[in-house]
Amino acid sequence: MDNGYSSPRHDTFPAGLRVLVVDDDPTWLKILEKMLKKCSYEVTTCCLAIDALNLLRERKDGCDIVISDVNMPDMDGFKLLEHVGLEMDLPVIMMSVDGETSRVMKGVQHGACDYLLKPIRMKELRNIWQHVFRKKIHEVREIENQEGFFEGIHIMRNASDLSDDGHSFSGDDLVSMRKRKDVDNRHDDKDFGEHSSSKKARVVWSVDLHQKFVKAVNQIGFDKVGPKKILDLMNVPWLTRENVASHLQKYRLYLSRLQKENDQKTSLGGMKHSDLLPKDAAASFGLQNSLNMQQNDVAIDTSRYSGSKLQHQNVDTKSHKGDLKEIVSEPKSETKRTSACNIPDPRTRKSSQMDFNHPFAALESKGNYAALDCTIPTPYWSEPPGIQLKEENKPLLESKNSFSQLPMHGALHQIHVDQLQLVPSISSKPSITERENGGSIDIKPLYANYKNDCTSRMSPIGAGVDTLSVQSKSDTVNPQSLDPISTTTLGMKTQGFNVDCISDLEYWQRNLHFGSEATSMPLDKDLQVCWVQGDCYNMNFGFQNIELPEYCDPGIIADVPIHLYDALRFDYEFPHDPADYSVIEEGLFIA
Amino acid sequence: MDRNQSRRQISLMRQSLFDQGYLDEQFIQLEELQDDANPNFVEEIVTLYYRDSSRLISSIEQNLERNPPDFNKLDNIMHQFKGSSSSIGAKKVKAECALFREYCRAGNGEGCMKTFQQLKKEYGTLRKKLEAYFQLARQAGPAETASRPK
Repeated sequence: MDNGYSSPRHDTFPAGLRVLVVDDDPTWLKILEKMLKKCSYEVTTCCLAIDALNLLRERKDGCDIVISDVNMPDMDGFKLLEHVGLEMDLPVIMMSVDGETSRVMKGVQHGACDYLLKPIRMKELRNIWQHVFRKKIHEVREIENQEGFFEGIHIMRNASDLSDDGHSFSGDDLVSMRKRKDVDNRHDDKDFGEHSSSKKARVVWSVDLHQKFVKAVNQIGFDKVGPKKILDLMNVPWLTRENVASHLQKYRLYLSRLQKENDQKTSLGGMKHSDLLPKDAAASFGLQNSLNMQQNDVAIDTSRYSGSKLQHQNVDTKSHKGDLKEIVSEPKSETKRTSACNIPDPRTRKSSQMDFNHPFAALESKGNYAALDCTIPTPYWSEPPGIQLKEENKPLLESKNSFSQLPMHGALHQIHVDQLQLVPSISSKPSITERENGGSIDIKPLYANYKNDCTSRMSPIGAGVDTLSVQSKSDTVNPQSLDPISTTTLGMKTQGFNVDCISDLEYWQRNLHFGSEATSMPLDKDLQVCWVQGDCYNMNFGFQNIELPEYCDPGIIADVPIHLYDALRFDYEFPHDPADYSVIEEGLFIA
Repeated sequence: MDRNQSRRQISLMRQSLFDQGYLDEQFIQLEELQDDANPNFVEEIVTLYYRDSSRLISSIEQNLERNPPDFNKLDNIMHQFKGSSSSIGAKKVKAECALFREYCRAGNGEGCMKTFQQLKKEYGTLRKKLEAYFQLARQAGPAETASRPK
């Protein structure tokens, strides 16, 4: 069992759906509780709106959906609705005895996903899971878009900050990557300033703007953040509160997802993730995948190279070094690289994988790889296992190094971004077609492109995050193989890695198998991205969770802002313990 | 009286509550929620309702004594009361609530007063009937399964 962060819903969705009911009427509260329990949901009751908000804030991601009455003494139901939507971005269902059209309209305007009339029937409650599911699907899409965006921004930012290698990703790169992504991306995720729901003028969240945003958020304190405060701190005249609110929403989603991944990693429950994979379609999967990717870098690496012998070697989670060695043919100056990549093995692996990819597939524009290269420590590439890494790889490696530096620096969000990137990194290149199939991967940032390229080559292996998210399309998923690998990987990964990673690993393993089976398969599979991404994530997580000294150059570590760790810790401090909820429930339930 | 007889009596009593319009569909919903985990669920809910709504009743009474009465406030309280009453399926009580709110919106103090008296009567009658029903049901043994009124 995982660390209290209940994921039963993943197993038997919609059973186990975590519902929070808010109603000042004790009679109704009891009835609803009973009804929801009959639907096999996990129920928490609150008779005060303010208690409900506190509960939700304390346990981020501890609840899937909120049902609230409209008329409450301490706070207007619509206000609560607004808060929940902005702060936690959970689906909210309103209830009332009053079914007047104006009221219902008001509810919808404030963002309610449904409005039920009392007395409420069982059948109405049985279907509330659809709102959770719907949101998840949209979330995945949004995240994919966002991740690319965030990552891109961070990468660029880092690039400008670091550029040790003289590597800097100009805005052009980002733009081109975004363009590439856009091609595949069905969504118009160009600007994350506005949610799809509101069709106002688009706000383009540039690197600088986002930087300001994050700075403001960190200044205020992630916990107490609110769109108004952020707006004030950012001091951007033309930016509206709505812009900030929707961007914050996305940002929250992103972070919460990352945290979720972290939580799961720590639990290392076992291959829970396998459950996840088949599950909620793209939504959870995509997210899971990204997570897994990171952790399972090791495994992934192996899977990546399904085409090459390395795969199996890589599977050996031990030293990433070993993995990388095989993969990378270019010996690079380790110093730079390794230091650059504070990220532990996973990263290197990633890079190594990427290298592999190259051999497999015609390396696409080197430029893309460059971005990814940064993160890959050179030493790993010292010995090309047998995969001829084209010369092209070399430049990649270098860029990678610089790149890797990027993730190291930066705030929490940057890391997250990296991670995110991994997921969507479905190669924008050749695999474009494939990506589209995969769906969600829209990551624009360099990383994404890099990965994509690599992965596309290595289609069999690739399944990194992309594949995961794209589950539907990637046919390479072979559940079987991953398990063993993932376990090993996890061991390696240490703390940061969620169980998710394991599943990712599995996923990749699958791909791996797939790849091995079809070595001749065209590389342009969606798979590609997956592992690459995973690497990145691993990096990040490793960064967060693993003692940096092990993996990184202390010098670099110092660069990591303190708040990053704090933030990371912050994220981890919210155990989702269902037991807690029940306790609260009793306390709150006023008979 | 023997088991079968009391069972029949309970059944008839229950049926009459529906036929006479004291209870509606919601009551059956509550009965359907009753299970082994909560064998006295319906009775618990009704008890809870009467306990909680009594404070609403006194609140309305207080506000009605004012001159002129705050119709807005009265409407709000009655809205709550109506919602609560709908939870157990108190049909007649709910009807009086709706009427009361109409008078509130019209600013008719007299109408409010009269309706409120009627409401209290229905409220009390239902309580007695349900108490008798539950008592009989407890004496008879395990609860019957819910059945729709004909």
